[in-house]
Amino acid sequence: MAKGIMAAKSDKSQWNGFSLKPRKQMPEGLWLACPACKHMLYKKTVAENMNVCPECKYHFRIDGDTRIKQLVDEDSFEQMCVELGSDDPLKFKYRGDTYKNRIRADRKKTGGIEAMLVGKAFIRGRGVMLGVMNFDFLGGSMGLVVGEKFCRAVDRAIEESLPLVVVSCSGGARMHEGVVSLGQMAKTSAALAKYDESGGLFISVLTDPTTGGVTASFAMLGDIIIAEPGALIGFAGPRTIYETIKVELPAGFQRSEFLLEHGFIDMIVPRNQLRKEITRLIDYCGK
Amino acid sequence: MPFSMTDIQVKLNPNQYLPFEEKVAELDRQIENLRRHAAQNGSDQSAEIRRLQRLETGELKRIYSRLTPWQIVQVARHPMRPLVTDYLELMVKDVRELHGDRCFGDDRAIITSLGQIGREKVLLVGQNKGKNTKEKIACNFGCPNPEGYRKALIKMKLAEKYRIPIVTLIDTPGAYPGVGAEERGQAQAIAANLMEMSRLKVPIISIVIGEGGSGGALGIGVADRLAMLEFSYYSVISPEGCAAILWRDGSQAKQAAHALKLTAKDLMKLGLVDAIITESLGGAHRNLHDTIYNVEQYIIKTLRDLKRTKIENLLETRYRKLRAIGNQYQKSIGVKAPRTKAAPKPSTRPKIPERVSIEAQLQKMQEITRQNDSYEFAELSEQDTNP
Ligand SMILES: [Zn+2]
Repeated sequence: MAKGIMAAKSDKSQWNGFSLKPRKQMPEGLWLACPACKHMLYKKTVAENMNVCPECKYHFRIDGDTRIKQLVDEDSFEQMCVELGSDDPLKFKYRGDTYKNRIRADRKKTGGIEAMLVGKAFIRGRGVMLGVMNFDFLGGSMGLVVGEKFCRAVDRAIEESLPLVVVSCSGGARMHEGVVSLGQMAKTSAALAKYDESGGLFISVLTDPTTGGVTASFAMLGDIIIAEPGALIGFAGPRTIYETIKVELPAGFQRSEFLLEHGFIDMIVPRNQLRKEITRLIDYCGK
Repeated sequence: MPFSMTDIQVKLNPNQYLPFEEKVAELDRQIENLRRHAAQNGSDQSAEIRRLQRLETGELKRIYSRLTPWQIVQVARHPMRPLVTDYLELMVKDVRELHGDRCFGDDRAIITSLGQIGREKVLLVGQNKGKNTKEKIACNFGCPNPEGYRKALIKMKLAEKYRIPIVTLIDTPGAYPGVGAEERGQAQAIAANLMEMSRLKVPIISIVIGEGGSGGALGIGVADRLAMLEFSYYSVISPEGCAAILWRDGSQAKQAAHALKLTAKDLMKLGLVDAIITESLGGAHRNLHDTIYNVEQYIIKTLRDLKRTKIENLLETRYRKLRAIGNQYQKSIGVKAPRTKAAPKPSTRPKIPERVSIEAQLQKMQEITRQNDSYEFAELSEQDTNP
């Protein structure tokens, strides 16, 4: 890991904070190399295998739309608050660029408006309120729109007595929105307190990565917390920790298995079992 | 409040002047010299001293009325700035500190204490940075570990049980980013506090007295009223951290501090802060008593207001307030027909991978993977967005 960090440092010049390049960009051509086991894989096979490496079960990161397709009954996702966008509260400028430009670029890149999609859906016939974060949009960071969408999903889950399922994939609070984004941590947590009092079931699904302000708010407040295998989950990013303590971080640190061992998640569920496990939990606990 | 130089009780060491206070430092040196002179040969220098003091007051007023955001960050971090222990000493009577999270330990970075402010019984929860090296190490420079947040929570639950209002004093660079903190669930501890504080059935007042470092500050900062000292700051990320990520250069902290709108004034304009508490002339560190007195008066007055409200209404208002954060900055984006990803141009001839040797392909793949790897790690620091 430390080696990776050094690589990151030397590679600084190509990086503008939130990379515009899609992550783990599928290289041109028909083949790709698994970042974990280095096997050469046929791209189509990987896609057909829910973007999981057939050799070593490495879970590739997937965008919001793919996640929804994989998780819900076909065409059952009924999206809400699609049009909600951020009006750049701080008029944030940096290095000759602006937050507004970044939003515009990521809208173009992802075809979506924000870093979270919410809506009603069915999973194996069970109605749920679903929230899915999209890492491709400003690192899945939580700004005022993500916070508001989350809360509206909670409201509707209370109204319609539905279980709430949120798939997190985020670098944390969106610094371009300053304390407005920090406040979303309190806002989403307060909404969950109401949901909790209404007796609703919140299943929080953590995927790679879930860190910072998202982990330190709604993601860790699930009645049941599930993680995909090998996902990076934590409060501080590994680089911050490394730079603070200057000691090499233990192998597997902040991965799903580490969190399970330390008692912070209920279970690790591979991607192809998610639908089954979520519905089983809903049948046990849901209303 | 009128200020005169005789109000200034704290003598600064030469190295405790901030970089933008050079003139003040020079005037202080001159005054000190005159005093020494007067003491040595018994001459009367009081008129000249008063003149210099008036100059100094003017200079401090001038400097402190136009501090830049980065200068405010420096004032908020001043080594002589009053800490939570000073507030306990000067503002709270009958202090009974309560220790321990009943689970792992007693985090010295967060102090929880019963006490009396004015005539009010309160639970005071505050982040402590420590005065001297020994204390600083003991309380981890004000960076709490999970047990600190858990201690705060169980003491706040105790206060709720006995209807004791809660006052939290925020002063932390951030929650500690360490291996142990992660092992013991820093994120979970903060998240639990956010959720529980939003529904605690007692009035809560939070005041940023120095540094409001991100989630670590918010972890004791969900309240009915949020106030900030005039020269404190509150931010989603440290200016240095933000500069390192968005400017790719930690030394651009000055610009980042400006962009982040982290000062009390800016946050008031954004509607995120309810009140700004005045500091003494030249910053809280120049007159502990005046500043702490102002904080005390704010607490007494605000508690009186909050206690008049029925608790159900108070909770409803608190919830409405939290739910409204950022709402005025939403805007509706026209939705175009769902974009279909541009399909790759159908090539006239099918691609024949065999035309490139397997070795060459493999090499290219490895190159791309390496590049993507470095992106991967570079981008990890995005996750540092909110330590
Ligand atoms: Zn693999």
